[in-house]
Amino acid sequence: MDRKETPIRVERLTKRFGSVTAADNINLDVKAGELLVLLGPSGCGKTTLLRCIAGLEPIDQGKIYIGDEEVTDLPPRLRNIAMVFQSYAIFPHMSVFDNIGFGLRIRGRSRDEIEAKVKQTSRLLKIDHLLNRYPAEISGGENQRVAVARALILDPHLILMDEPLSNLDAMLRLKMRTELKRIHQELKMTVIYVTHDQIEALSLGDRIGIMKDGRIIQIGTPCEIFDQPETVFVAEFIGMPPMNILKARCESDGIRIGELFIPLSVKLPGPSVLLGIRAEHITVTEKIESGMLKGRILVREMVGVQDLLTIDIEENTVKVLVDAGFKPRGMVGLRLNPGRIHLFDPESGHRLLIR
Amino acid sequence: MTRYFTKIAIIILAIWTLLPLLLITSSAFSPKSEIYQFPKPIIPSRFSIDSFQFFLRSYGTIPSLLNSILVSLLTVVFSLSIGTPAGYALARFRFVGKETFKLAILTTRMFPMMLLAIPLTVLFIRFGLYDHLIGVALLHTAIALPFVVIITGGIFGSVPKEFEEAAMVFGATRLGAFFRISLPLALPGLAVSAIFAFIISWNEVFAATILTVQNRTLPAQILTTLQASPLYFRFAGGFFMILPALIFIFFMRNYLFYLWGRSGS
Repeated sequence: MDRKETPIRVERLTKRFGSVTAADNINLDVKAGELLVLLGPSGCGKTTLLRCIAGLEPIDQGKIYIGDEEVTDLPPRLRNIAMVFQSYAIFPHMSVFDNIGFGLRIRGRSRDEIEAKVKQTSRLLKIDHLLNRYPAEISGGENQRVAVARALILDPHLILMDEPLSNLDAMLRLKMRTELKRIHQELKMTVIYVTHDQIEALSLGDRIGIMKDGRIIQIGTPCEIFDQPETVFVAEFIGMPPMNILKARCESDGIRIGELFIPLSVKLPGPSVLLGIRAEHITVTEKIESGMLKGRILVREMVGVQDLLTIDIEENTVKVLVDAGFKPRGMVGLRLNPGRIHLFDPESGHRLLIR
Repeated sequence: MTRYFTKIAIIILAIWTLLPLLLITSSAFSPKSEIYQFPKPIIPSRFSIDSFQFFLRSYGTIPSLLNSILVSLLTVVFSLSIGTPAGYALARFRFVGKETFKLAILTTRMFPMMLLAIPLTVLFIRFGLYDHLIGVALLHTAIALPFVVIITGGIFGSVPKEFEEAAMVFGATRLGAFFRISLPLALPGLAVSAIFAFIISWNEVFAATILTVQNRTLPAQILTTLQASPLYFRFAGGFFMILPALIFIFFMRNYLFYLWGRSGS
């Protein structure tokens, strides 16, 4: 079977641990050759969902299809999957060679085939010089590569990755992220990738599913997730710094925060609304004019090319990026780009569609 | 300050263990005449194996030595093959009554052997196990089992579950994952359990004496002949009791410090 034609489907999957529902009626489609990232805070159920798809956790309800086959009740070994564990789970009593070749050996492949494939895969991950070493004798980053190689070598229908980069230091994580992206572009395998790091999700994912409390609350391309967050939660979870959320009062022909008035073409239902705007769409000026937001600078943090200002505006706090040379003190004026604002229902947190 | 005390404690403990060993060893290899001297020289003036020859040629020594080795090895096999799965289950699975079970394992050590001896003898006679080595091995297994379960349980608990899960994802059955991954990784713990079971059985004298007549194990044999034996016989016998355990520990010792690939420190 051509693995490039292998979509994954999860239907109405529910998994409970006692009284806790870790995965709540989840529907998910993964396209063939796609890298889908499941993103969410810890405890949101993303790892549980992954383990259910792997067959490591029995599910309470629902169905799982890998390719044309329903695998809901199959043990992990019959699902034609591979997995990269957060802890790598590299077998400490086997050499790197035996670790990478483990899946093939257990499937009873010939010695020649195993050797050829191990060499090929280890070259792809640049660990072909380590094959005779033991896991304890190589670095964490190299162990991570072994874990990926062990999964890739099987050419499975689906590769599951459970926070594979979270145990690496920052530099290595960045390098390995690029490496994973390169390998995925080269091999086009179908991957479900779990992480809590939104930057990792944005950079790696063909699509991202955002999870919270056992549900997928939004799924889409990184651009869609970044530019059109469905809820306040998504808006605040994605982006560095997170999107600013401000309380605004509804008026007949627009919304108002302090002196700032933004006209809208429709009348909003409630008395108030949540306004979301990303740091890059706010301009800070030293000269305060009428009709501007007024705020006091609380903290200045250096984050690279730009500085991150935390500004206090009456009942709201916003984070704004400014050029490092721009050093205002005390009170400043803020201008919001009206074309880049997002409005959310203050009760449900859902996006309000306007314009 | 604590380190100072630790060192002193270690020295005291070492002397406590080694001094009797030294006395028995030196006496066992002394010429017969020197054993009765006072003060007895620590280092024998002449290396002699007279006592040994006498001990080994005494009636019943060789058969009982072979019996002891057999019973000890049987105990190791029995207690490991029953205790390892139990330890694994305690480490891996959650089940109703787990804590009670753990406690229950220990309570088997609560009853003194004297209390059990008579009913056991009756039971063994009825089952035709009386005066058979297998009966002694079974009883020794019962004594060793709690230790085996607790030690192997601890060791399997320290093998991460992900290793087995990885094996299963990559094609192994649950049983295959156990034999390919968990079992090899738990070898050090199994070695410790084996040492424990061996020594417990090797040293056990009470039950062995009561449950056998003809087929004595070495401690039972020595015990029954001790009253009527000269001092040098006792020293040679004592040394012989220590020797196999020392050899066994010596070979198993490597597994204690050897955790795969990780440098044993």
